[in-house]
Amino acid sequence: MIMPTINSGPVPRVETIGDAYVPYPAKITHIKEEAYAITTYNVVFEDELRREQYHFEAGQFNMLYLPGIGEVPISISSDPAEPHCLGHTIRFAGNVTRAIGRLNVGDIIGLRGPYGSAWPITRLYGEDIYIVTGGIGMAPLRPVLYTIMRHRDRFGRVVVLYGARTPADMLYTAEFESWQAHDIQLHTTVDRADPHWRGQVGVVPMLFYHLRLDPRKTVVLTCGPEIMIRFVVYEALARRVPKEKIFLSMERNMKCALGFCGHCQFGPSFICKDGPVLTYAQIEPFFGVEDF
Amino acid sequence: MADITPKIGAYISIAKTSLQAVFDNLKAAGFTLIGPTLGDSAIECAEITQTTDLPIGWTQVQEAGTYRLQRRSDQAYFGYAVGPHSWKRYLYPPTLKLYTVDHQNGGFTVTPATPATPQYAFIGVRPCDMHAIAIQDRVFLHNGFQETDYKARRQRAFILAVNCTEPGSTCFCASMGTGPQIETGFDLALTEIPEIFLLEIGSELGREMLTGVDWWHAGAFELQTARQALTAARSHMGRQLDISALPNLLYQNLEHPRWDQVANRCLSCANCTQVCPTCFCSDVKDVSDLQNQQAERVRVWDSCFNLDFSHVHGGNIRPTNRARYRQWLTHKLASWVDQFGTLGCVGCGRCITWCPASIDLTEEISAIREEGTR
Repeated sequence: MIMPTINSGPVPRVETIGDAYVPYPAKITHIKEEAYAITTYNVVFEDELRREQYHFEAGQFNMLYLPGIGEVPISISSDPAEPHCLGHTIRFAGNVTRAIGRLNVGDIIGLRGPYGSAWPITRLYGEDIYIVTGGIGMAPLRPVLYTIMRHRDRFGRVVVLYGARTPADMLYTAEFESWQAHDIQLHTTVDRADPHWRGQVGVVPMLFYHLRLDPRKTVVLTCGPEIMIRFVVYEALARRVPKEKIFLSMERNMKCALGFCGHCQFGPSFICKDGPVLTYAQIEPFFGVEDF
Repeated sequence: MADITPKIGAYISIAKTSLQAVFDNLKAAGFTLIGPTLGDSAIECAEITQTTDLPIGWTQVQEAGTYRLQRRSDQAYFGYAVGPHSWKRYLYPPTLKLYTVDHQNGGFTVTPATPATPQYAFIGVRPCDMHAIAIQDRVFLHNGFQETDYKARRQRAFILAVNCTEPGSTCFCASMGTGPQIETGFDLALTEIPEIFLLEIGSELGREMLTGVDWWHAGAFELQTARQALTAARSHMGRQLDISALPNLLYQNLEHPRWDQVANRCLSCANCTQVCPTCFCSDVKDVSDLQNQQAERVRVWDSCFNLDFSHVHGGNIRPTNRARYRQWLTHKLASWVDQFGTLGCVGCGRCITWCPASIDLTEEISAIREEGTR
């Protein structure tokens, strides 16, 4: 598909409801295939002022738009210290993401954001950090890793527990060495091994059994399939990690990202504005309620 | 006494025939009048111009899953309860264009829509619907994000409220503390008593709209008649809802077997959410031409009963009727409180009347209350 350029909007005028939803043109500058049907797109705003003004925090998301097709919420997976170039790791799952999958470098997409809550970076100073993720759940946590690598001395022990369906489904494998070089411990597991896999086979929460953690200074950050998150929380609680120090990123159907379309509700929370990053303490009463 | 201008907060009386003069003043001031009128076998809200457009001499029979128009024995102007429409459709339209995207010369341009703000005068807003508007104000204006289209429509709207002297049999506003009497937020509030409309003046604009209308200060007998009618209405509610222990009652009974029973009856048709005056969920869609050279981004009403409402890439978060009904009721009567500091229900009874399966939320809550965990 040839995606043409978006001209910037009309002259300034009275604010309308449409403004809140208007996407701004951004050019794809780099495409990296991470795994089967999962690709990272780096995009840069066309408008220089917008490029300069845009900042995001680790854990927030953008709404990506293709005209005539639709909009999808995608976590920002790049370095918050370099907000002029925004990475989005996308799984081709629905009609919008599949259409994004047909784009090339130089094509233009619409982008609005950032939205939602962030991982509490400053509260992590001095703490041992356990980043527990499954599959594409690694994407919203990659900005945390970038931040840790920039200021490694501010944090205690940093451990990444990461699982994927198969070794080929593992994201960011080229960056593993750089993480380890920054004293970030990495434990991986897969659901199904291939003949070359020499690591652990099994579900992500099992990786906790490799560790001896100190609950007094532990913070858990987790994102992945909801069932995985559930058991990660149970493992963390079993190790006496306080509820307020277990942070999770929830996935819901974000449509407006403004907190009033109702789609992303999880009990009292609108995941688009109260989340996606929440503490376990915030959602405990509804956690694990089937189909809620 | 027509020469002495009534003050804000004053109660005055006018002859029923004088209501037309108020309508004329509103029209002269540029308002489009929206009021109850006989529509498609129901009393609906639509544009009206004359008092004769009102369903004078009509009423209705409402029950769970039932709505039938009926002739009255008198010529009352407002002798009926709320119909399927609420004012929501005028403040928060079912379809709203957000922006247009044009493909041209290998480029495309996003042009935000600049919708003209209609200037509505709502005629006959019932107390429950006044509260519903106040609730939507919280959702759209006091929730961090301001919905500017709603705000503009809301600020320009004139409200002629009508106190309820004849509640319907699915009404339960008295339980919710939202009726049958209007307290605040109106420009004019009307109470219909035999031969006379008693008017309370709620705003400067309301006072202005009485220019040239023959009126007199409401007498003690008229005020007493109105008060008695409202007291009687309070005791004639067709339904009751015990709101004590909400929201926790629902939070503590998320796995109650009653959800399975109601799910067997619920058709997930979304009628309840479409007639509800507070339900606010919306979807945003692209409507493009066949070559995708021009696309419009449109916001439309949505419902938590629609299957793809909660769709994420892995499937639907709420794949069953049980999950969706529980979401709706738990939102209305529990999480709404956490989100907006008020229950999401005003006791108008529309969801009961317009449910094709006759599901009655007051029954559902009592069942959960009687058999549930507390």
